[in-house]
Amino acid sequence: MDATRSPAALLLDFCQGIGTVLLQFCQGTGQFAWFTLQSVSHIFRPPFYWRNLVRQLIEVGYYSLPVVGLTAIFTGMVLVLQSYTGFSRFSAESAIASVVVLSITRELGPVLGGLMVAGRIGAAFAAEIGTMKVTEQIDALRTLSTSPFKYLVAPRLVAGIIMLPCLVLVADIIGVFGGYLVAVYRLDFNPHTYLQNTWSFLQNMDVISGLVKAAVFGFIITLMGCYHGYNSGKGAEGVGVATTNAVVSASILILLTNYFLTGLFFAH
Amino acid sequence: METNQPKIQVQGLTKKFGKKVVLNGIDLDVMPGESLVVIGGSGTGKSVLIKCILGLLNPDAGTVKIDGIDVTHMSARRREKEVMHKFGMLFQGGALFDSMRVWENVSFGLTTLKNIPAAEAKDIAIAKLADVGLKPDVADLFPAELSGGMQKRVALARAIATDPEIIFFDEPTTGLDPIMADVINHLIVECVQKLGATAVTITHDMASVRKIARHVAMLHQGHIIWYGPASQIDHSGNAYVDQFIHGRMEGPIEMAVRRD
Ligand SMILES: Nc1ncnc2c1ncn2[C@@H]1O[C@H](COP(=O)(O)OP(=O)(O)OP(=O)(O)O)[C@@H](O)[C@H]1O
Ligand SMILES: [Mg+2]
Repeated sequence: MDATRSPAALLLDFCQGIGTVLLQFCQGTGQFAWFTLQSVSHIFRPPFYWRNLVRQLIEVGYYSLPVVGLTAIFTGMVLVLQSYTGFSRFSAESAIASVVVLSITRELGPVLGGLMVAGRIGAAFAAEIGTMKVTEQIDALRTLSTSPFKYLVAPRLVAGIIMLPCLVLVADIIGVFGGYLVAVYRLDFNPHTYLQNTWSFLQNMDVISGLVKAAVFGFIITLMGCYHGYNSGKGAEGVGVATTNAVVSASILILLTNYFLTGLFFAH
Repeated sequence: METNQPKIQVQGLTKKFGKKVVLNGIDLDVMPGESLVVIGGSGTGKSVLIKCILGLLNPDAGTVKIDGIDVTHMSARRREKEVMHKFGMLFQGGALFDSMRVWENVSFGLTTLKNIPAAEAKDIAIAKLADVGLKPDVADLFPAELSGGMQKRVALARAIATDPEIIFFDEPTTGLDPIMADVINHLIVECVQKLGATAVTITHDMASVRKIARHVAMLHQGHIIWYGPASQIDHSGNAYVDQFIHGRMEGPIEMAVRRD
């Protein structure tokens, strides 16, 4: 079949293929940028739906506590175990407490907490908004003079930005506590010295940078959930795909932005 | 009541999905206080037409004017502020908010549009539910706990709850028993006659057409192929309309079914 086509025609096909992909990419990017701008601008413009905000604060914050708490406590515990096996070779056990608290507040708290919440909240938002889209509930909102951006998206974004730092702060404390448990009850560290080592090297910036990261991740998670739900395809399959995309894209974006945020905070 | 300014004025409305042309240059005027019924085969674009008028779908060409104001390319924000409050819409699939109770669904427009406090809004919602033949005890249920016909009636109650100027009913009587269908037809007539609303109804139910329509438009292959007063529908002289209202298999309208 190829033999009958002239090279020029093949080249044209090739260019057309590239053009199509490029166009789709630009369209997708534009659509996403438009969605983000709309969502953010609606956060600041009245009317505000306070009841929706409260509901989402509870949904994102309170109901994520168990997942984030469990993640944090086991992370702290395993960090102590792992660094003990390494550090005891150089008799540097006193550094363990600082290593644990710094890793948790700077990186592991926000990143692992963010990833867990991405799985929970990103998926839930995409499925909920996707279903509303598919069953015309979003159209119905609009015919009732209510902006879906204001009513659905803005409260969720705000809830993510507010609650993720709170969750991460709790995770920091639980994580350090988990490390403390293993250090004191399993590895027979002196409790008083361990705590002192924990505090002595910890600076405000370590905690604050983690909380700022958390706020950014909260924005990413909720935005991805809402975006993929809002642009969900038709039927149950469309909603399923939207849910997967929301979680995957949020997770990748979290890891990516985390790298750049760490660079911003600590690389001078 | 009658003025020369049409409530809804549609000109040259065209809507495509990909290569498929669903609406191909629709012209339609609906006068204030008028009750128009749109009929046409399944999949001819009746729902799409209504969604284009509401601004839920963007037409590819043509204009939609509401009260003489061109709303075709109005921004979402202006549309929400200035136009949408005039509309009530009964969606074909109901489109009830499934995370809200029935009374919250019905009173949604009242609380968001008219700032009526929740307790009062609930009373109004219960009254509207009574209008569509539902008892007060369904008010605290969730939509998923209702039968299909009950959901349809809740959706209808929500569409008329704010007493809008223009109401769209997308198949209001489908899925209802004949008696309830008549109750709903009566309700629609009442909305038009008592409240002076302008109504656009889509239906396949000829009993409905005869009861509620003042004018009838028939949609076929992207065009309005017949428009006239409801009294003329039996003597339209149009073979398509005749085939449709008598539900005959043979005629100019070709159904995409295989005949062996
Ligand atoms: N969002 C959409 N994307 C792609 N095609 C669509 C979309 N909405 C409707 N269509 C197509 O447009 C055509 C008209 O659909 P519409 O829902 O308006 O039909 P209808 O006249 O209301 O039919 P029915 O009487 O069965 O409700 C259909 O062929 C449908 O496939
Ligand atoms: Mg339809």
